[in-house]
Amino acid sequence: MVSVRSLANTPSSLTPNDLPWIIEHREDRCTLCGKCAAVCPVNTLKLAYMRKRMPHLVLAATERGSSYKTFVGIRQSTEVSKRCIGCGSCAMVCPNEAIHPVQNGERDRFRFVNSQQGEPAKRGGRRNVPGASLLDRIIFDRISMLTDPALDAGRHEFSCNTLLGRVLPPEEYVRRKLAGEWIPPVREIFPFVIGSMSFGALSPNMWLGLLQGVAYCNEVLGIPVVMATGEGGCPPWVLRSPFLKYIILQIASGYFGWDEIIRAIPEMQCDPAAIEIKYGQGAKPGDGGLLMWFKVSKLIARLRGVPEGVDLPSPPVHQTLYSIEESVMKMIQTMSMAWNFRVPVYPKISGSTSAKSVLNNLVRNPYAGALMIDGIDGGTGAAYNISMDATGHPIAANVRECYLDLCAQGKQNEIPIFAAGGVGKNGNVTQNGMALIMLGASGVHMGKFIMQSAAGCLGTESNRCNVCNIGLCPKGITSQNPKLYRRLDPDQVAQRVVETFMSIRTEVKKVMAPLGRSQSLPIGMSDALGIDDKDVAERLNIRYVC
Amino acid sequence: MCRLAMKTASKPFSPFSVLEAMEAMQEGYDGSGLGLLLRGLEFAEYKYNAKDPILSGIAHSEAALARLNKIMIEAGFELKYDHEFDVKRQMIEAKDRFKYILRVYKQSATWASLSAEEVENRLMLTRLALRKDGEAHGQDLTVFSLWPDVAMIKEVGWPLGVGQALGLDSGRITSRICMAQGRQNTNYGINLYACHPFFIQGVATMTNGENTAFIPIKDWLSGRGFPGYIGYQSDSEVFAHILHYVTKQLKLPLETYKHVITPLKNEELAAHPQGDFLRGLRDACRRLIIDGPNAVIGTLPDETSMLVMDAKKMRPATVGGKPGEWAIASEMCGVDAMIPDRDRSKDFQPMREHTVIIPPDRQELQIWSQFDHLPIHQAA
Ligand code: SF4
Ligand code: SF4
Repeated sequence: MVSVRSLANTPSSLTPNDLPWIIEHREDRCTLCGKCAAVCPVNTLKLAYMRKRMPHLVLAATERGSSYKTFVGIRQSTEVSKRCIGCGSCAMVCPNEAIHPVQNGERDRFRFVNSQQGEPAKRGGRRNVPGASLLDRIIFDRISMLTDPALDAGRHEFSCNTLLGRVLPPEEYVRRKLAGEWIPPVREIFPFVIGSMSFGALSPNMWLGLLQGVAYCNEVLGIPVVMATGEGGCPPWVLRSPFLKYIILQIASGYFGWDEIIRAIPEMQCDPAAIEIKYGQGAKPGDGGLLMWFKVSKLIARLRGVPEGVDLPSPPVHQTLYSIEESVMKMIQTMSMAWNFRVPVYPKISGSTSAKSVLNNLVRNPYAGALMIDGIDGGTGAAYNISMDATGHPIAANVRECYLDLCAQGKQNEIPIFAAGGVGKNGNVTQNGMALIMLGASGVHMGKFIMQSAAGCLGTESNRCNVCNIGLCPKGITSQNPKLYRRLDPDQVAQRVVETFMSIRTEVKKVMAPLGRSQSLPIGMSDALGIDDKDVAERLNIRYVC
Repeated sequence: MCRLAMKTASKPFSPFSVLEAMEAMQEGYDGSGLGLLLRGLEFAEYKYNAKDPILSGIAHSEAALARLNKIMIEAGFELKYDHEFDVKRQMIEAKDRFKYILRVYKQSATWASLSAEEVENRLMLTRLALRKDGEAHGQDLTVFSLWPDVAMIKEVGWPLGVGQALGLDSGRITSRICMAQGRQNTNYGINLYACHPFFIQGVATMTNGENTAFIPIKDWLSGRGFPGYIGYQSDSEVFAHILHYVTKQLKLPLETYKHVITPLKNEELAAHPQGDFLRGLRDACRRLIIDGPNAVIGTLPDETSMLVMDAKKMRPATVGGKPGEWAIASEMCGVDAMIPDRDRSKDFQPMREHTVIIPPDRQELQIWSQFDHLPIHQAA
């Protein structure tokens, strides 16, 4: 037996077999071009010289018993910080299909040691739960077969927009309108919203591509898509451009970017679509935003009014306010006032069993324009695994409960509920969104799905890639490093944004037509929903079908 | 698919003539039931004062009738006339009809000092109390309306057969308006309350087609806290309640109804003289947007009649007639049967933007388009 000391054996020692992703490298096809090692975002690949013993039988005493062969090959690091993330960039650049990552399934021991220096596991992405999500299992089963010719999704006209903003009860609307009083601002938007991803979390090219795509959807296709900035403002030229009307500006506890925004107000050509006040986020409830130092580039630093290259954690709470009631009251009113009550202002909260109480506060606040609830399956650029995986509330029951609560008060048309968190998690974005809408949401926000659909984000529910937090995004989506983000062509992103929304619009019609709906978005049409799980059906107050 | 027929005339006529018109359209419906609403009533055996409320319904047992009497007496109503139908029992499918009720009451003298609104409220609450009492006793009491100058009949069976079974062909009851519909609701469970026309505080509608936006509309109306917005055994009941809501609660002109149930599109509103008002109204009344192939026929307490279509005009309906006499039916042959001697070239089939209004004087059809100016002051 060899002595213990001659083995590389620490508590954190791993072998390639212990890692979440194992590299399969075919030496017979490898030309040693080195592209894979150069592209690997985590530097796990090493071109290495290796020596191999070539034993052969010798009879002559003049010859040595063994000879050695040297060869060059690819090896993967087993260091915790350099483990392969399965992004597949190596496979993408390899000219000979000689290398690709393979998922290790349950054998991965890496997870037990992913706490080096006492720092718990962190990543970007979403809660990793592979397989069909609850929303994927909801089907639309009230097919209009009784007296009707079904509608034709291809030929009939459909009205599938939604409203964002406070809507008055009809009596009050008529009274105020006849008396010439203030009517709260309402925006008619496409019910699938690009959820808040900050300029900072996203690379400039990604951001530009999204905005270009959104503008095209609005101006050429007539799909009134809006996108939300995360915390951190938006580029100064956008604030002063006519595109601002497609943007929901977010203000969060760090107030990052707001100096720039406030300064731009007098010069704005149009109002923003809305103001979102972030109180919580589905992926990491109770955590503020976290922009790591390596993403704080010169431009980001300027926008946020901070020095370059420093960590930018937002506090988890709005420091100046001590309760959500006060917060909702003061913030919503301040923000409304900033644009002279012409812009809807609404809070975004993490999904929670207490969401209903927040909602009831909003009902009593005549300036609150909506409630956005972000469920546990929401995505993020950076969070602790434990927050992402185990903290928060699934969106479906949360939305349903809030909607039914509004129905009981007869106020379901007054405060629109927007839902997020796992919409399109497995690619079924329209199905997921329409299910939430029929449960009572007025619309949905999607972030990760857009990154996947419009920019080719590599992340999956199997923890593929998900290094958005360290600025090394191999696709250039969530990096501030020009070498990386130049990989992303904004025009191509824009085109994919447009393709994505065209396809969602068609699918929305394909859902609405057989239900006999074309005149208005079927918000709260819960009689059309079914699921093959009795308990869920009971909880959501929809039909159990099998 | 069901068929609708409605006639309005300055001179009272027998409801049986409308049932005969239904016969002309018989290929289009399954004849599973009859719903009738009469306004502007005259009784051969009783001189009716149009201000007195009429109670319509069915007592399915003697006990139910006794409870009905008690409730009415306690509410201060005095029975003036009890119309005994000449019932041919063997022709009625259902066997639990103890008494068809069509009674004229005098309302309590103490109500004289009340506002019209409060009287209307109390009439509705009395009707609801009767309905609730029936529901609490295994549906042994069904009450369709309690309102001045309105009578309603709903029964299962072939429409003409039901008419004969109840002796409607005898001419003992005539009216200036008759709305008839020839099918029990089959979209949701069979229930007498589910049969059109639907009635609430003088407002009545009947519809053909399916209302796929039913649940969200129902949820919204139920949330108004208005006691009369209940029932919803049929997806079409909401049409009556929306008409009530628009005209009685929002107090907007009848023409606004169409803007609420089938609002114009953005580009159309942009060109409309009151587009700004209407757009806001569309937002505020968004949950009342109907969705379905529907023709909606309605009548109001002042004997105005109206007809509107869904936003895609996916159901048929024709209106025709002459001064003093008009008919609306799902098919032209229905109008023919009701008013054969009219100028057919003047028949009108409304399109998606139209509201056909026959005013109480019945002199001419008013065809109003959603693109027209809305008769409301200010507003734009
Ligand atoms: S899959 Fe990605 S992380 Fe893994 S070796 Fe290839 S490039 Fe590196
Ligand atoms: S591709 Fe970029 S955005 Fe997508 S998971 Fe990887 S690092 Fe994150």
